[in-house]
Amino acid sequence: MNNLLMRATPYLQATPLLVILGFFLAIPILLLLVVSFWDYDFAGMYPDFMTLNYAETLGSWVTWRTYVNTLKFAVTVWAITTFVGFWVAYFLAFHVRTATMQMVLFLVCTVPFLTSNIIRMISWIPVLGRNGLINSGLVGAGVVEQPIEWLLYSDFAVVLAMVHLYTLFMVTPIFNTMMRIDKSLVEAARDAGAADWQIIWNVILPLAKPGIAIGSIFVVTLVMADFSTVQVMSGGQSASVALMMRNQMSLLQYPAAAANAIVLLVVVLFMVAGILRVVDIRKEL
Amino acid sequence: MTETTKTTGISRRNLLKTGAAAVAGTALGSGVITGFPTIWAQNPITLRQFGTGVSNLNAIAEKCKEDLGITLEMTATDSDAAAQRAVTQPDSYDIADIEYWILKKVFPTGVIQPMDTSRLTYYDKIVPLFKTGKLLPDSVIAQGTAPHTVGFVDGPDSKEFAKGETGWFTMVPTIYNADTLGIRPDLVGREITTWADIMDPAFKGKTAIINVPSIGIMDAAMIMEAMGNITYGDKGNMTTAEIDATIDFLIKAKQDGQFRAFWKSFDESVNLMSSGEVVIQSMWSPAVAAVRSKGIECKYQPLKEGYRSWGGGLGLAAHLEGAQLDAAYEYINWYTSGWVGGYLNRQGYYSAAMETAKEHMSADEWGFWIEGKAAQGDILAPDGTVMEKAGAVRDGGSFEERMGKVACWNSVMDEDRYMVRRWNEFIAA
Repeated sequence: MNNLLMRATPYLQATPLLVILGFFLAIPILLLLVVSFWDYDFAGMYPDFMTLNYAETLGSWVTWRTYVNTLKFAVTVWAITTFVGFWVAYFLAFHVRTATMQMVLFLVCTVPFLTSNIIRMISWIPVLGRNGLINSGLVGAGVVEQPIEWLLYSDFAVVLAMVHLYTLFMVTPIFNTMMRIDKSLVEAARDAGAADWQIIWNVILPLAKPGIAIGSIFVVTLVMADFSTVQVMSGGQSASVALMMRNQMSLLQYPAAAANAIVLLVVVLFMVAGILRVVDIRKEL
Repeated sequence: MTETTKTTGISRRNLLKTGAAAVAGTALGSGVITGFPTIWAQNPITLRQFGTGVSNLNAIAEKCKEDLGITLEMTATDSDAAAQRAVTQPDSYDIADIEYWILKKVFPTGVIQPMDTSRLTYYDKIVPLFKTGKLLPDSVIAQGTAPHTVGFVDGPDSKEFAKGETGWFTMVPTIYNADTLGIRPDLVGREITTWADIMDPAFKGKTAIINVPSIGIMDAAMIMEAMGNITYGDKGNMTTAEIDATIDFLIKAKQDGQFRAFWKSFDESVNLMSSGEVVIQSMWSPAVAAVRSKGIECKYQPLKEGYRSWGGGLGLAAHLEGAQLDAAYEYINWYTSGWVGGYLNRQGYYSAAMETAKEHMSADEWGFWIEGKAAQGDILAPDGTVMEKAGAVRDGGSFEERMGKVACWNSVMDEDRYMVRRWNEFIAA
């Protein structure tokens, strides 16, 4: 009896997590998968097993072009946030001397996040618009004759807003990893005659990889699933995968949207798997 | 469509600002509406009304309670959800407040019961647009889902629409309007006379159209036809070849940089216009009013090809019977008796029974909103703020000039699914 209880204990301990994940993750995804094979019309969804939703999704050049476009945003935003995030974290971790100051500056980084996502995004519009701050400044100063059009309602605007929204997701994990780097490693490298850039390249960067990987997972999944930034900042000119799904949902084409969601899920899982293959984040944990 | 959901937002906000106007309207109304039985006050009846929301106005529910003792429970949804709910949950509502193109989808499923016109007190007062499709005897019948084409059936159990006027009415029309392009007269720099003007190279990067497929495609069709690119058999029910031609044209215009943006919601269209990002675009009349209320010039420009129009009405749920059915008829008769009509007319929409509405409007209001005359005094919005100064004339003129020039009604196409797919291609291109 005692023996049985002992053997059951770990399972019992894991039960709460299992229940939570089961209810809030596994079952919804399973339902999504089931619904993606259903038939539909304007009035409702009908249980069925048909692959038409997938055929329509995968067979259309719109899907492919939208994926390419979304991936383009993901790669661009990822590259910029990684670059910016790395240097911000590096500065915080190695150039700010006291732990108090580090925390203060880190909190300063999070200040913009006290306002809502939408507000931070929309506040770009009066800055970038045709009669916005930048354009009226440039025209007023005589730098350009006509307002610059591509500042707003363009891919540039989308990337700018996304970088603004998501850089902190990169800074935080990188900063966290860097804080754990043993300072004596840096000293040893310096004693051995390494230049500053060599220390960064050969010591800090490799050790910060798990943080970069975790940040990358955040940024990539956020960008892949974004629809509001793309709609607002591109003025509806640009498409993203999630926006395509939202269009379908607003027309009550739920099975089609479900099929699209499954495809997106698979793509994102592959991307995350790719990141995890390159970097072993378990070192971090 | 979404249009309707948005407009309620505005109306509700206006209503919240002051109940004063509503009270004033009530005072005006109560003097005239008498003789309604008040039996419902002793024997309380609740009618559940759901729909796309333009006429889901709290002021109407309050007034209805006061005049008839009937409690109205209103639910607003967007048009696609309304169509779905009408069919799948027919017992969840008593009155369906839906647009005619939704009715076309919904009625054949048998969830709406036709009305006996002999029980409709003001049936004779309903404008002929909803009976024959012609506002004036010499009007041309518009394309799309024109209300009269889905307005009648042959008998109480009939599921197919009748060709002409019968004694069985599918819905009592309540609210409708004519849509066109909005412009910034201070920025366009020339006369705008046709839908084709939105494609003028001079406005490159300064135009926008609505990104709601079923409405956007109609605006695009008006543009295509105005440019002489194509003549549609029926803009409201295109063939796949016509859809292809329209979308290909839009894609080319998009790639040439003609459009600044594609808007989805009411506020987006207001911001695009008021910030000067666009100078000519698809717009709804409350959005034009919203831009003007910021002190920025904006005109709802009448165009020579005519308007794209929309309209909705009230339908009775199939399950209604006995006292509830009587109450529903009572409610509909009250609705068309004038107070609501005057209220809607003052918001810039049109009421279906104009004669009764006239009694609930001042001569100046009637002149401005309906006859297209210059306002004698300031025209007030429902919340009491000045909407138009004395001397202003309504864009597009009188009711007959506007509703007499409808080129096409909002509609549902047989090739709807194909159209939506191609529209997504346009947005992705």
